[in-house]
Amino acid sequence: MCPSPNLQARARLSRRLFLGAGLALATSACSGGILDPVGPVGADASKILIDATIIMLAIVIPTIVLAFWVAWRYRASNPKAEYLPYWSYSGRIEAVVWSIPILTIMFLGGVIWIGSYRLDPFRPLSTTVPPLEVQVVSLDWKWLFIYPQQGIATVNEFVVPAGVPVHFSITSASVFNVFFVPRLGSMIYAMPGMVSQLHLQADRPADLFGISAHFSGDGFSDMQFEVKSVPPAQFAAWLQGVRSAGPVLNLATYTQLAQQSENVRALTFRAVDPRLFDAISSQKIAPGPGPEPPTPEHAGREVSTGGRH
Amino acid sequence: MFGKLSWSAIPVHEPIALITSIVVILVMLGILALITVKGWWPYLWTEWITSVDHKRIGIMYCILGVVMLIRGFADAIMMRTQQAAAVGGAQGYLNPEHYNQIFSAHGTIMIFFGAMPLVIGFMNFLTPLQLGVRDVAFPTLNSVSFWLTASGALLVNVSLFIGEFARTGWLPYPPLSEATYSPGVGVDYYLWAVQIAGIGTLMTGINFVTTVLKMRCPGMSLLRMPMFCWTTLSSSLLIVAVFPILTATLAMLSLDRVFGWHYFTNDAGGNPMMFMNLIWAWGHPEVYILVLPAFGIFSEIFSTFSGKPLFGYRSMVAATLFICVVSMMVWLHHFFTMGAGPAVNTFFGIASSVIAVGTGVKIYNWIFTMYGGRVRFAVPMLWSMGFIFTFIMGGLTGVLLAVPPADFLVHNSMFLVAHFHNVIVGGVVFALFAGLDFWFPKAFGFRLHEGWGKAAFWFAFFGFWITFAPLYVLGLQGMTRRLQHVNIDEWKPMLDLSVVGIGVLILGVISQVVMLVVSIRDREKLRDVTGDPWDGRSLEWATPSPAPFFNFATMPNVEGEEAYWGIKVRAIESQRLGPEPRYEPIEMPLSSPVGFYTAVFASVTGFALIWHIWWLAGLGLLGAFIGFVVFAWRDVHEFHVPAEEVARVDRARRAARQALMERIADQGALA
Repeated sequence: MCPSPNLQARARLSRRLFLGAGLALATSACSGGILDPVGPVGADASKILIDATIIMLAIVIPTIVLAFWVAWRYRASNPKAEYLPYWSYSGRIEAVVWSIPILTIMFLGGVIWIGSYRLDPFRPLSTTVPPLEVQVVSLDWKWLFIYPQQGIATVNEFVVPAGVPVHFSITSASVFNVFFVPRLGSMIYAMPGMVSQLHLQADRPADLFGISAHFSGDGFSDMQFEVKSVPPAQFAAWLQGVRSAGPVLNLATYTQLAQQSENVRALTFRAVDPRLFDAISSQKIAPGPGPEPPTPEHAGREVSTGGRH
Repeated sequence: MFGKLSWSAIPVHEPIALITSIVVILVMLGILALITVKGWWPYLWTEWITSVDHKRIGIMYCILGVVMLIRGFADAIMMRTQQAAAVGGAQGYLNPEHYNQIFSAHGTIMIFFGAMPLVIGFMNFLTPLQLGVRDVAFPTLNSVSFWLTASGALLVNVSLFIGEFARTGWLPYPPLSEATYSPGVGVDYYLWAVQIAGIGTLMTGINFVTTVLKMRCPGMSLLRMPMFCWTTLSSSLLIVAVFPILTATLAMLSLDRVFGWHYFTNDAGGNPMMFMNLIWAWGHPEVYILVLPAFGIFSEIFSTFSGKPLFGYRSMVAATLFICVVSMMVWLHHFFTMGAGPAVNTFFGIASSVIAVGTGVKIYNWIFTMYGGRVRFAVPMLWSMGFIFTFIMGGLTGVLLAVPPADFLVHNSMFLVAHFHNVIVGGVVFALFAGLDFWFPKAFGFRLHEGWGKAAFWFAFFGFWITFAPLYVLGLQGMTRRLQHVNIDEWKPMLDLSVVGIGVLILGVISQVVMLVVSIRDREKLRDVTGDPWDGRSLEWATPSPAPFFNFATMPNVEGEEAYWGIKVRAIESQRLGPEPRYEPIEMPLSSPVGFYTAVFASVTGFALIWHIWWLAGLGLLGAFIGFVVFAWRDVHEFHVPAEEVARVDRARRAARQALMERIADQGALA
């Protein structure tokens, strides 16, 4: 019996809706995120992500189809399917069943092995252009960027010349955070008393955003920073501008900055104490203070110094 | 006198917490009043609270787990609606102080007090029945385990009314969780609640390793055990191996916080990275502690509802033990992005994806269990098919996260959140709902309403995917987790879609509640008089529904895999039940209030330690110790069930079996 035209139309409509929803999910997944990279690291890593997905889909889709086909074919109400009430072992099937996942994982193991070495965040990018050095400090709750070669620093604003590799040295002045610019590629932890290395590059001018990808307390949601990839000439002009005005980052201003604060607006320093980053990462400067200890008015309950919204 | 505690600990300025507190307290008082008015206390005390019957304890674990699942789900509703409401400058309705407690409580409650009690509840209820024995190895210890878990759950919920809960996530990573950065009592609530419940869980692990290895009925060799018993054994072995790590790690964090020591602090040589290693050395096996029994439940269901033995039983056992061992070698994949170096990351990446071999084998074996079967799509089977799809997808994204370069893009993102809900909801929670429907008649003597059960499944299945598919997309768009508000407008549509999914999930929860109410109302119509409502294959279906407290009048004698199936086929073929056995008196353990007392004192001790009320902590420990001493010096610990009573119960069972056998013979149900 054929379904009535009305039913068919409805089926077609629901199929279209379903496809439409899938397409909408897919397109929004691909724009502006990690699958839309602007640098070589992001491009390589997202390619591995997609390749690994395809490798697994090659197994996963047939498996799901098989599962539902078998379940439907051998439904109790189907008199055509034969009933094998005692069939529960087949050496050949067992061999296949163990081999398929093992072979897939061996193949994928190769991808993991090669990928882990090639995209090791500590490994410099293969390019002849000398890298820009940037020192990153995560504070409660903002990001400090020190440009040691240029002798300036910024807070929650990060400007890089396009086409130049950047070598990040990353530490934290208080708790754990993760430094992450989704469209540039790999993320890495910012940890107190330790320095992580990361190499990234923006290939073309673009306005991006960076975040902390590890929860760090009450002001965490606003630990977001602007990332501007600009042509080298514009970068030089920007440096000129930063150097000409603003405060100096030294021990006194840094101690001020290290206090807990939320939703911090972008800020620049025209000069910076060159020993500052080492002093922070080696904890010669004491780690940032936490919230004020609870007062008797708030027995056991903390109130963050960053203030309430 | 009262340490840090004062009246200001009550959150009078937080309307949501305050109103919730008042409502919960009123509901609890209402329930207590009802019990008092109806005069149910003696029944509750003798039959439930002091019971050492593994079935009663299992049911109490499940009730605790279900109540906590609802509490955790309420947190989930708030998280999803808050994020959708707080986009582009808006702050939503929860400030960070409150929101951070909610996501921390959600994870803690769902894992420690929702999923764990349910899984352990199933282990309790089923394992002795399936092994053909009358109780677990240490029945009173079992009761202590349950009440300690309940004590932990109580402390987590007390934090709602008095003080605050942790704001550090469900695993309190230092240095954020150290006294410097979290001076409040929230982390202490977390630490002591989990410590107390964790001790209960460790004892459960010891109990079930012993039960499975030492307490099987005659003929029940290890390789004749039902699959669920194998998963109980693996899961219990993992508990014994890793829960001490959890206890030690949390104890070190407590020492840091209370006495100012420096295991994980920023300064004075503390090493916070060590906490991550230790906590995940427990945390990753924990995932398999939950999911292995879930696999056991699915194995039973696929086999029963296909009318066939489990395909490749030995291969399934091998895959289970393989997962059990390898699960302890993968913990570092939770922090590839800490920069351990490519060699270390490669090792842990490959080890993590190797686990997919074990799970892959299981999936294929379930498919071939259905092959050549007569598959009945009852409610447990719907959950199982939903599981196959959902879990495979979760496995796929899991292997992606195990590829270090890919993980460098999606670590800690909404993609990760979607992944682990994919495997834990799709794997563990679907299994628990399937199992509740499957074994409910064995526990209570009547089946659950089928229509509402199916409605609950479809709402849960679609609700799940509408909630979590958008989170995968958000992860790919670069959104990280635990954001109290969101500054990027492009994320709004997916956050809204996820709220729609939560709405569908709410319908699923309502369906479950309605199912329960309707089933209790129609219990006479749904009554299972046979003891074998699903044409089962393992020994629990040889007992009447509900099973008598001594489980088996005489010890079954097992002669092959699928013990009960063998007995059933023989009876039907010969058209005769076996000869009536000679009934003898049965020794059963006496009920004991020691579990309940211990938990009361443990709760007092925990509360005192949270608030630094040292004298009260000492008093609580002393009370618990006295309870232990009194119990240890007891003179009588068993009682005899007279042979006549055993005979009366068993003759009723045999009559029901006779009727069932004749009905099957009439229908010619067996090929």
